[in-house]
Amino acid sequence: MAIKNEMRLEFPSRPENVGLARVAVAAFATQLDYTLADLEEIKVAVSEAVTNAIVHGYGGGAEGTVTIRAYLHDDALEVLVEDQGRGIDDVSRALEAGYSTDPERPGLGFVFMQSFMDRLEVDSAPGRGTRIVMYKLLSRKEQ
Amino acid sequence: MQIDVEVMGETAVVRVGGELDLREADAFRRALEGLLADGRVNHLVLNLEGLAYIDSSGLGVILGRYRALHRRGGRISLVGLRPQVRRIMELSGILRIMPEFGDEATALATGV
Repeated sequence: MAIKNEMRLEFPSRPENVGLARVAVAAFATQLDYTLADLEEIKVAVSEAVTNAIVHGYGGGAEGTVTIRAYLHDDALEVLVEDQGRGIDDVSRALEAGYSTDPERPGLGFVFMQSFMDRLEVDSAPGRGTRIVMYKLLSRKEQ
Repeated sequence: MQIDVEVMGETAVVRVGGELDLREADAFRRALEGLLADGRVNHLVLNLEGLAYIDSSGLGVILGRYRALHRRGGRISLVGLRPQVRRIMELSGILRIMPEFGDEATALATGV
């Protein structure tokens, strides 16, 4: 897949940057012909990935760095969200709906990422941070 | 996030506007917890007409309060969901446990 355009965004792991991240990636994605519903889904998926990085990767602390890279292909958006935080012990368990390590958090982050994007890859190991790669295809025009 | 609360006896109407993500989740939780702390309010009507965005951080706060209220016989009703907000709520399963109404008056009249 040829890359038509790319962006990179790096910010401290502060909760107020979740909004920045989703809006920046969605704005970048408008260079492809996504529907408004698609863009809303991209926003949620990016928010969830960044929220996980801040809350789980860095335990809510603001001293970490979250890096987002996004690539526009001819017919897809690819988004990578990376942290250098504590990593996930058991990725397949984390991907289960309703799995949560915190009673105040419903375990829906990965559910939304999987539901709203067309492909999701999670690369993580304890102490080695987490990299999430998501693809949103440009296909279903439901208007 | 903007939040406006109107208490009517055992019921509180909570109107939430703006965006509910990780940044706002703590403030939202504190506002709802404060409202429910003394045990006088047992039913919440959440009017989300002005809510443009919600994700799992906001949903977690709503689900947490639902569980607390459910234990003491209370409940949460939802009003004014925008399509995107409704979609998220459907996916999360919240719409299977909390009733949705077209407007506040209907939610209040249906004996929350």
